[in-house]
Amino acid sequence: MAVLVIAEHDNASLKDATNKVVTAAKAMGGDVDVLVAGSNASAAAQAAAKIEGVRKVLHADGATLAKQLAEPMEALIAPLMANYDAVLFPATTTGKNAAPRIAAKLDVMQLSGVIGVESADTFVRPIYAGNAIITVQDSQPKKVITVQPTAFKAAGEGAGAAVETVAAPSGPFKSAFVSEELAKSDRPELTAAKRVVSGGRALGSSDEFHRVLEPLADKLGAAVGASRAAVDAGYAPNDYQVGQTGKVVAPELYVAVGISGAIQHLAGMKDSKVIVAINKDEDAPIFQVADYGLVADYKTAIPELMDELTKAGL
Amino acid sequence: MKVLVPVKRVLDFNLKVRVKPDGSGVDLSNLKMSINPFCEIAVEEAVRMKEGGGGHTAGAAKEVVAVSIGPEQAQETLRNALAIGADRGILVKADGEVEPLAVAKILKAVVEAEKPDIVILGKQAIDDDASQTGQMLAALLDWPQATFASRIVLQDGKATVTREVDGGLQTLDVDLPAIITTDLRLNEPRYASLPNIMKAKKKPIDVKAPTDFGVDVTPRLKVLKTAEPGKRQAGVKVKSAAELVGKLKEAGVL
Repeated sequence: MAVLVIAEHDNASLKDATNKVVTAAKAMGGDVDVLVAGSNASAAAQAAAKIEGVRKVLHADGATLAKQLAEPMEALIAPLMANYDAVLFPATTTGKNAAPRIAAKLDVMQLSGVIGVESADTFVRPIYAGNAIITVQDSQPKKVITVQPTAFKAAGEGAGAAVETVAAPSGPFKSAFVSEELAKSDRPELTAAKRVVSGGRALGSSDEFHRVLEPLADKLGAAVGASRAAVDAGYAPNDYQVGQTGKVVAPELYVAVGISGAIQHLAGMKDSKVIVAINKDEDAPIFQVADYGLVADYKTAIPELMDELTKAGL
Repeated sequence: MKVLVPVKRVLDFNLKVRVKPDGSGVDLSNLKMSINPFCEIAVEEAVRMKEGGGGHTAGAAKEVVAVSIGPEQAQETLRNALAIGADRGILVKADGEVEPLAVAKILKAVVEAEKPDIVILGKQAIDDDASQTGQMLAALLDWPQATFASRIVLQDGKATVTREVDGGLQTLDVDLPAIITTDLRLNEPRYASLPNIMKAKKKPIDVKAPTDFGVDVTPRLKVLKTAEPGKRQAGVKVKSAAELVGKLKEAGVL
């Protein structure tokens, strides 16, 4: 059996999600190759070649792949599937955008957001925002799967695999990249961070959200996240959203500030190792999943917490 | 311009999900079902393209057609779309689970019959959380796609779509006809007014079957079991920030 893993990268660097999907691929058994599709993405391809257990790296480089849009990704990957039994994408917005196109071209049903690999054809995935977990058998001749990276450990560094060049699709395509506004931050990336500080609607305004949470995040070396309510209210940008329809995170420490804990939010963070909830409403559902709950107004609790962290040497 | 909006009937988002004790699935008996929230956003956007609002010029869309694939009761979901302002509905009656691939194949046939300029769908249904149908439909039709949209601007036979991506926002131009899937921030759906709910009852709904489109809806995937997720135990309440920091140190996460 041969499995193709689609790398998550920004051309310059390979994302940790790739190493995690490689672990899922290895659990299926067989050979694992990684495809790096990008533009001037040699550095990412070289990094992928160093992932432990990778047989070889396919590197497709061209202007059409600069943003890994769905149409060129389909044009590139669907023909490659002649050589593979399965293709695994990270369940990131890039992966979720492209994968179903390839599945439809191959006339197979896709498995989305897989969190467990039981065998080469049996997988575990959440439905209903993680309120039910299904075990699914996929006996189709080709398998198209998106993998929830946070559910797998990152594969380590290996001896180094060969990098093979494959041609990038030439197009033309009916969609074109216009622009992007990417969040610039010195903080760790939300889905890969070891610690996450998240805020909810209780923060009351964008100014307050940033004023209260950012110093705490910086003290902890944490990424900043938000509930859907806080994003909808405009307190935080969309890329902060943690939950069923946002990002799934599983850090060692998740601090929820002023978040009530709707099931849709819990779906995105309940696999965190340690959850702290700070909320003045003692009946907030977040306390039912929190390891440590502090019933307090964030306005007094966060400054006190900052002081205590300073005393503890942070 | 014509806009097609597929809508899905799902368990109401406010209700608690219960797994059947025998592990054979999720218990939906006697529970309130509603239009999938992302589909509702799609209907609202399509209706704004017709009525104006949300950056759209009134009359940009001449007709909005809603389509649902599901049981007889999916008529209610279509009525919901018609009450928001869709002009007519198509129900493709299918009992039991219809997977996204089969839904996309049925929708492809509907698109070939209706010839819309845009198909707007929810980015995912909150029951199976698959997030596949729009992209699959785009591939089957060989159309461009703009998923996870938070803003749509129509002009000159193109749609300029701002997408919510992991790193922030990305804007694409897609040639029409195109597939667009909606994210949460695209709009806030209206509450349908009573007169519009009454009017919706008189709007036509065409009833079809998957076989009318030559589509086999037999599932490709086999669900072996459905289980409750592992429960997290509620932990302890701490009295102060000092106690909290102490506990976090003990837990080894500081």
